[in-house]
Amino acid sequence: MRGQSRLIGRRLAQIIPVIVLATFVVFGLLHLVPGDIAFTLAGENATDARIAQIRESYGLDRPFLVQYASWLWNALHFDLSRSYLSNEPVLNQILHRFPTTLLIVCGALSISLTIGIPLGILAATKPESRLDAAVTSLASLGVAVPNFWLAMLLVATFALSLNWFPATGAVAFAKDPAKSILHAALPALALAAGGVAEVARQLRSGLIEILSSQYVRTLHAKGLSPAAILWKHGLKNVSVNLLTVIGLLVNRLLGATVVVEAVFAIPGMGSLIVHAAINKDFPVVQGVVLAMVVVVICMNLLIDILYTILDPRVALK
Amino acid sequence: MIRSVARWAWRNPPAGASLIFLLALFTLALLAPVVAPYAPTTQNVNNALAEPSWQHLLGTDDLGRDVLSRLIHGAPATLYASFLAVSVACLLGIPVGLLAGFLGGWVDDGISRVIDTLMSFPGIVLAIGVTGALGIGLTNSMLAVGIVFSPQLARLVRAQTLVVKQELYVDAARCFGASLGRIIIRHITPNAIQPVIVQITLLLAVALLAEASLSFLGLGVQPPQPSWGAMLARAYNYMEIAPEQMYSPGIAILLTALSFNTLGEALRVALDPTRKRR
Repeated sequence: MRGQSRLIGRRLAQIIPVIVLATFVVFGLLHLVPGDIAFTLAGENATDARIAQIRESYGLDRPFLVQYASWLWNALHFDLSRSYLSNEPVLNQILHRFPTTLLIVCGALSISLTIGIPLGILAATKPESRLDAAVTSLASLGVAVPNFWLAMLLVATFALSLNWFPATGAVAFAKDPAKSILHAALPALALAAGGVAEVARQLRSGLIEILSSQYVRTLHAKGLSPAAILWKHGLKNVSVNLLTVIGLLVNRLLGATVVVEAVFAIPGMGSLIVHAAINKDFPVVQGVVLAMVVVVICMNLLIDILYTILDPRVALK
Repeated sequence: MIRSVARWAWRNPPAGASLIFLLALFTLALLAPVVAPYAPTTQNVNNALAEPSWQHLLGTDDLGRDVLSRLIHGAPATLYASFLAVSVACLLGIPVGLLAGFLGGWVDDGISRVIDTLMSFPGIVLAIGVTGALGIGLTNSMLAVGIVFSPQLARLVRAQTLVVKQELYVDAARCFGASLGRIIIRHITPNAIQPVIVQITLLLAVALLAEASLSFLGLGVQPPQPSWGAMLARAYNYMEIAPEQMYSPGIAILLTALSFNTLGEALRVALDPTRKRR
């Protein structure tokens, strides 16, 4: 137990440099702009005075590290500066939109797990069978299908033709939970295709490895039924693989949702960053990227901690 | 060489089919102006959103342009995009991974931390951010995707290098006074490259999907240049009156990504040294 808490403490300490590096990358985005940033921001036909004014008001005339330090200092105080376009504080926009995106991502994650886990187990218990081949091909399709195209197919079928689901928009969960889930269902389903495939694949290969190991052979010899072996020993050991997949999925779903949101015209993080990127509204771009990377880093930390609880060997090392 | 590839493809029908599909696609992309029945930008507003017919095998789009011709002319842009992104990822990721793995110590610690950090960013989101900064367009968006992919390759190459550098022949080369550059280029790279080839094939599929996504969002290919993602973006606007517009570009993307993936998985098995002896 002491080993575990010490390890968790060390993990907490380890994410500090990662977060600092991540903020550096996020801030550095602005400096990828080719040429003079103030010139780009001022737009075409801007006067020299206007450019100079922009340079000063955004602090672009100061050295890079000074700019970074002041940006970081403000970010630590939850000040992500204001949108160049709407002049609204970036943090407000993000807090306003993140719940919608999170609902879709959580929905997609639960669909991926509820469908992917049984598929993976079925395939692993009968390797090389027809069922296994079917699951494997389905997984290959799920990984290769462009999820925004799948979203379009779902909209055309279930929203426009059958009218079962709304085709566009979102409703806040706090306002009307049922309606908000109805709006999030199709986007979550479109996103989940890749997730189901990934979960089924990883679970299948992890479980096959475990079921063909030495100790499982011993359990067979001891006379334990295959079902008991699967449920008591197989799934317990494969849960560590599952954690890894969940961590990976959260990262991937947060990215993919950006494109899927566009199909459903959902006012989430996706439309926020796409609109900002096209219009060179860099504070918003930086804010969205920062918010997402912080979520992923926290998720990874949580998973690392769960590892140490699920697999005592990790703490012993 | 060609005969052994052909024999391998014959024994792996899915991999063989993928290889043939990709070769056909490359040929089509190279010969696009010759093969396509119409120019990709020839408009005929009187015949917009037409159903498939003998004149237009896959129908026409919202401006009356031939869908099949746009699909064929979109292939070069799509393939160029995938290969550009993966080349950028290789140019950035492979040297960094080699250095980290070979030098070890604080260099490795530092590089590994940076790799971990970059891999925490959701790929598409970071790519959108980088594209926003570089300016929208096909080449810039694919540079962004390449930058975003590079840590994956760096991490793989690093792990591979760590294994290979302990081999006896590397010590032997060092004893003979070989320079660091020569050891990395002549001894480590060829022996660490196999999983990298597999990863590159798989990354081509991811890059293809990323190109389609970014062009769909309007950050990649700009009109009137055809690309499969941009075709889907147009089809999106006519989803209610002509849902069949989205079938052909979507299926083209799906099949190409599937082929790269299938080929990559088959290569993983074929190149796996522990399976070779059988």
